[in-house]
Amino acid sequence: MLELTGITKRYGDRLALDDVTFAVGDGRLTGFVGGNGAGKTTTMRIALGVLASDAGTVAIDGRPVDAADRRRFGYMPEERGLYPKMKLLEQTVYLARLHGWTPAAARRNATELLERLGLGERLNDTVESLSLGNQQRAQIAAALVHRPEVLVLDEPFSGLDPMAVETVQAVLADVAATGAPVIFSSHQLDVVERLCDDLVIIAAGRIRATGSRDELREQHGSQRWELLTSGDAGWIRGIPGIDVVGFDGGWALFEADSDASRRAVLAEAVSRGDVVSFTREQTTLAQIFKEVVQ
Amino acid sequence: MSTQTQTERREPRFAHSVGLVAGREISTKLRSKAFVISTLVLMAGVLVSVVLSSLFGGQEGPTKVAVVGAASEVVAAAPTLEGVPADDLDAAEQLLRDGDVDAVVAPSETVAAAGIETTAPAEASELADLTVIGLDQQPQGVMGALAAYPSAAVLDPAPVDAGLAYLVAFGFGIVFFFAALTFGSTIAQAVVEEKQTRIVEILLSTVSARALLTGKVLGNAALALGQVVAIAVIAILGLAVTGQQILLGGLGISVAWFIVFFAFGFLLLSALFAATAATVSRVEDVGSVTMPVMMLVMIPYFLIIFFNDNPTVLAVMSYVPFSAPVGMPMRIFLEQAAWWEPLLSLAILIGTTAVALLIGDRIYRNSLLRMGARVPFMEALRGR
Repeated sequence: MLELTGITKRYGDRLALDDVTFAVGDGRLTGFVGGNGAGKTTTMRIALGVLASDAGTVAIDGRPVDAADRRRFGYMPEERGLYPKMKLLEQTVYLARLHGWTPAAARRNATELLERLGLGERLNDTVESLSLGNQQRAQIAAALVHRPEVLVLDEPFSGLDPMAVETVQAVLADVAATGAPVIFSSHQLDVVERLCDDLVIIAAGRIRATGSRDELREQHGSQRWELLTSGDAGWIRGIPGIDVVGFDGGWALFEADSDASRRAVLAEAVSRGDVVSFTREQTTLAQIFKEVVQ
Repeated sequence: MSTQTQTERREPRFAHSVGLVAGREISTKLRSKAFVISTLVLMAGVLVSVVLSSLFGGQEGPTKVAVVGAASEVVAAAPTLEGVPADDLDAAEQLLRDGDVDAVVAPSETVAAAGIETTAPAEASELADLTVIGLDQQPQGVMGALAAYPSAAVLDPAPVDAGLAYLVAFGFGIVFFFAALTFGSTIAQAVVEEKQTRIVEILLSTVSARALLTGKVLGNAALALGQVVAIAVIAILGLAVTGQQILLGGLGISVAWFIVFFAFGFLLLSALFAATAATVSRVEDVGSVTMPVMMLVMIPYFLIIFFNDNPTVLAVMSYVPFSAPVGMPMRIFLEQAAWWEPLLSLAILIGTTAVALLIGDRIYRNSLLRMGARVPFMEALRGR
């Protein structure tokens, strides 16, 4: 488990991070969500030890992270970068060797990974000669070639074509399936919502919400319910404690002031005939995000 | 973790990381066509200048003259002349016309007997008995060689002549200048390129900034030193092969000192190049930000060329760390330095280099991840 506790960072007078505390569980895909300038990149850089914090600790499995631990992290910085004039395979092998792999093992890992990412034909091309999409894949290879045990990815999906998004999703899921904590930041809330087990929401340098996706939905879920019947649902307006928000023939969206009035709606609907569905309105991550950040 | 993985993956030590970084620097550079070609051109240039200096350097053997009769004794006594005995004046004339000799030296009466018009002889002396005959003009060199000079003395003998001193100064100056400039700006470029391409963030998540800086500096230092040693070897071999031993005697020791001073001087400059370059984020800005360091390279170059005959300026230069790599070997060559002076100067240079590496490391570390505007010097030093 990767734990950040009380992380504070100042840039001059500006408080960039204020007492940031959250954990990334083993084998959990954690989405790190926040607006521009909310402090995501700073937080990730501090977790990686690329940047020093003014206060707070980063711990892995209950003990402070040291340089040796960090070499087992995989990191994809927000700003992409590789040596443009270096050959793809050579460069990937170099990065693996910096992490301590022997030359032979580094070469094997790099070749396997690049082939899996669909770059098998490009091993001896320089990075600058690759298409943008392939450069993104190469970047992913750079983050994964040393078989990291913790994965920290800053906006891994930004600028990816749909094919590459799928590849990255699969790779992230694979890494999480080995029991590694995986955290990634993203603006694409739909991707985060689809992919993540846990969420961390940050705004203006403060953590606003953390928890599993389902917990957060529960906490921030709406009190709105949807009823769909085969007949006309106009009778619903007559039930006490019900405020109808939307209505269209057999469909109604309503807020109930208590569980009893909600149950009364269902009972009435069942007694009147065919109930197609009766559900709580789905809260999207975007809604939760807006609510939490405000 | 499987046991297989444990044997394939070891915790990298500092030296290991430095070695990898340095290795990448070297292999990248060796594969650069521009670098290989410029090195070959530089070496060819050194070789050509050594060969040319042997051709035009006035290092010819004794001048051959044909001697007739009694002239042979006088010619034998002149060290720069080699007498070729001729049976008579006609035979001597033939040798001269064939180009086998540069002049004919014959007794005046023999010449007069042959009806050749001569200039009036000098005051009565033994030379007055001889006539020197040239082909199309008076052979001044031969006449000079036969002339009698008064004996001479100097109060402070210069160990080497001024022209040679200038050549050597120019040699040290230009080698240091070019190597420091080439490899210094390579380091500066490489630092900013890593920043600009943002790979530095990936690198820093693996290796420390210090390992990165050390590897970069050492890799380029190895290349620079290799280039300088290769040039020195070519120059010394060239001098030996073309028979210019006179140059070699004093030069060998100062070249050896030059290499030692160069090694540390280069470390000093490259720490400064790396640190200053780290404060900017775009390759376009490297030139302006490293300008002060460039000046530190250029000033000694111009000073040594203009002031190589001024012992005071040389003495100061030989102790100032930035010019010591050029100044001290020059003074050693000119035999102006006492035995302890290079050691003291080297100690000063090493001390300065250590301080520069410490400061450079700090600036480098504090600036690497700050993109955008140039990082102000004091902020880079303090770490915000």
